[in-house]
Amino acid sequence: MGILDSIPHVHAVPSHRPWPRAVVTEAGWQAAIDRLVEGGLTLLGFWGEPTAVHMAMIDGGSAEIAVVTYECTAGTFPSVAGHHPPALRLERTIHDLFGLVPTVADDLRPWLDHDVWSKSYPLSGRDASRDVRPYQFLPSEGEALHQVAVGPVHAGIIEPGHFRFTANGEHVVRLEQRLGYTHKGIESLMQGASLAAAAKLANRTSGDSAVAYAFAFARAVEAALDIEAPSRATYLRGLMAELERLANHLGDIGAICNDASFALMHAQTGILRERCLRAANVAFGHRLMMDVIAPGGVTRDIAPDGVAALCTLLAEIDKVFPRLIELYDNTASLQDRTVTTGIVKTEYARQFGAGGYVGRASGRNFDARRMLAYAPYDRLSFEVPVLEAGDVNARVWIRIREVEQSVALIAQILDMMTPGEIMSALPAACGECEGLAVTEAFRGDVLIWLKLGQELRVERCHLRDASWFQWPLLEAAIEGNIIADFPLCNKSFNCSYSGADL
Amino acid sequence: MNALRDILSQGAQMSLVLGLAPLLTGFVRKVKARLLRRRGPPLLQPYRDLIRLMRKDVVLADNASWLFRVIPYLIFAGTWVAASLVPTFGNGLLFSWTADLIAITALLGSARFFQALAGMDVGTAFGGIGSSREVMIASLAEPAMLITVFSVAMIAGSTQLSSVAEFMGSDAVGLRVSLGMAFVALTIVALAENARIPVDNPATHLELTMVHEAMVLEYSGRHLALIELSSQLKLLLYVSLIACVFLPWGTATADAGVARLVFGALLYFGKLAVLGFLLAVFETSIAKMRVFRIPEFLGAALMLALLATLLRFVSGSL
Repeated sequence: MGILDSIPHVHAVPSHRPWPRAVVTEAGWQAAIDRLVEGGLTLLGFWGEPTAVHMAMIDGGSAEIAVVTYECTAGTFPSVAGHHPPALRLERTIHDLFGLVPTVADDLRPWLDHDVWSKSYPLSGRDASRDVRPYQFLPSEGEALHQVAVGPVHAGIIEPGHFRFTANGEHVVRLEQRLGYTHKGIESLMQGASLAAAAKLANRTSGDSAVAYAFAFARAVEAALDIEAPSRATYLRGLMAELERLANHLGDIGAICNDASFALMHAQTGILRERCLRAANVAFGHRLMMDVIAPGGVTRDIAPDGVAALCTLLAEIDKVFPRLIELYDNTASLQDRTVTTGIVKTEYARQFGAGGYVGRASGRNFDARRMLAYAPYDRLSFEVPVLEAGDVNARVWIRIREVEQSVALIAQILDMMTPGEIMSALPAACGECEGLAVTEAFRGDVLIWLKLGQELRVERCHLRDASWFQWPLLEAAIEGNIIADFPLCNKSFNCSYSGADL
Repeated sequence: MNALRDILSQGAQMSLVLGLAPLLTGFVRKVKARLLRRRGPPLLQPYRDLIRLMRKDVVLADNASWLFRVIPYLIFAGTWVAASLVPTFGNGLLFSWTADLIAITALLGSARFFQALAGMDVGTAFGGIGSSREVMIASLAEPAMLITVFSVAMIAGSTQLSSVAEFMGSDAVGLRVSLGMAFVALTIVALAENARIPVDNPATHLELTMVHEAMVLEYSGRHLALIELSSQLKLLLYVSLIACVFLPWGTATADAGVARLVFGALLYFGKLAVLGFLLAVFETSIAKMRVFRIPEFLGAALMLALLATLLRFVSGSL
């Protein structure tokens, strides 16, 4: 109990697995915030229940995780965001969903609640209403400044989100995001759902990360029930996770170049991405591999011709991809766009605990597959690329290196996989238990926390996408850049709207 | 009889450019698509788009002024007249004697001025961004264009395109460094003027990166059709201009017979196809520039044109 040793707490909760959770007093809560502020711990998640708030933290050095809980007896809790900005959007979300009030909050504007819900504070379990007030964007003052409002409906086929730029000519002075347009109420649908229904919901939180979410959800359930998936199932899960990463990274590399109007790369990587999806379809019966991973293991084994399809895929990527890297590296006009554009400072990446390529391109050496070494990654060998530059170019290169790693990982898994069971039996019933799991999606770490009640029903489930800690960095990265470079920066982040809007 | 012949020839060239402009755009799109291993839209798609837009109702913003409604016609008229001043398959155009290269630049400049006004008329942020970028580009592209015109005119001894084309086609021209420089300068100007990569991307959906498209975002229906057709005419104009000044071979002279005219026309189609193909290849192999790189790019055109003029001053044979 390393982390909790230094945080005064009332008692630890025994049914929380695999990492400890402890109920703390105001002093303990404050001590946890202090540790986050000084940088010893990184905020991993922050979520609510009708009468409590939870905060998950990770020790960057030892990879230890702990959850602290503050009981909101008076419907309030000491604000975290007031001291530690990365918690801001999560704190506003807690207020929107549960009506719990952070005390001495600088910013209590709604986040997910756009005043169109049929009731306020939908998860609080009580009837209450909030005042409808027009949303105030943060002010920027100056004579030559003008505002450019983009979205929520965009010209391309992308998700909705509103971006409010304040610019001085072409130079961006401030960008403020307004998200929440794809809010689907996943956390309220989760309440009382059976495991099968909940797994389906988790799968669909963010379509491009279907496998990562299903993986995290299954692991959270397995942690709560204290069971383990069979060895073959973990290999299949790893196989699908890497296939998903491969498809998304390939798509992203091309899409970033396309936003610099270099359509050639987009066309080429588009072909490779399509091959990945088709191979996934052959091997697992679904292009995005939805609903294959389930609590306890996987629902279906790889198809008989799946291994051959994957081998063909790997051979093609091995053949074509090096040429595409060369094309990227040798096109000076493209490099001119990506190098030094949209720099994320190393200290921001660390403070926000930015996962995935956003963090790793800015020197934050964190990959849940390596740091938390969950199955099957504890048995596989791979490298985690890290760069310091923090610009669009670095984020492209992290993706390129990760594509190479994923190809190697798929080959390893195909090699190591042995026949066997693919599903462990779940207990028919359980007492109240809680599980926490973190998996590495292509854009960063996904955290799922859940509480199971009688008859294996989900009492409360929180899903935290990597984008929660990446979106705010995009606001910082674009400052001082020109408006015309925003699409390029945005694509190099490729944050999830759906995953963060829940 | 001669007057009738001139009118017919001019009329034929005017309808030819109007009819051919969408085809050239369609051709460039098709080649680009093939280079990206896509099938691409049919060659005739731009015509279908124009017909579709013509049939559609116009949606106007509440605060659009009369200027906003008039401008598409002005742009179209200016561009069409400019395009009909460039000899395509035959020299000795009737209009050549009333309007020269400087007039073409001025016509296109006015069309652009109206376009920039229209971009700002409705008051959307994107229109304003587009107009300000367009004017920044114009402030460098137009001087570069004019100085290129001067260097060509000094070599040919005239600013009238028919005379220029005739001179370029004759043996008197020889191999000149200044012409090479003028050619590069004109190509750069043509890329910028036609909103092609690397200055602008005609195929993008990203409002924040647009220049030309941002100014016309608020247009719809027949207004949009006219503006689209004007852009297509402008592309054809520049390609014809480059062909007429720098690839003048085979252009029919003023007194040529029907066979020569047909031969000139066939050769002209060939030139369009070659230049269109080169444009597609160039656009595929390069990324778009940062907005603040464009002045450097156009500055290069300006300097090259200036150098070409200077060289011509220093030595009559360069």
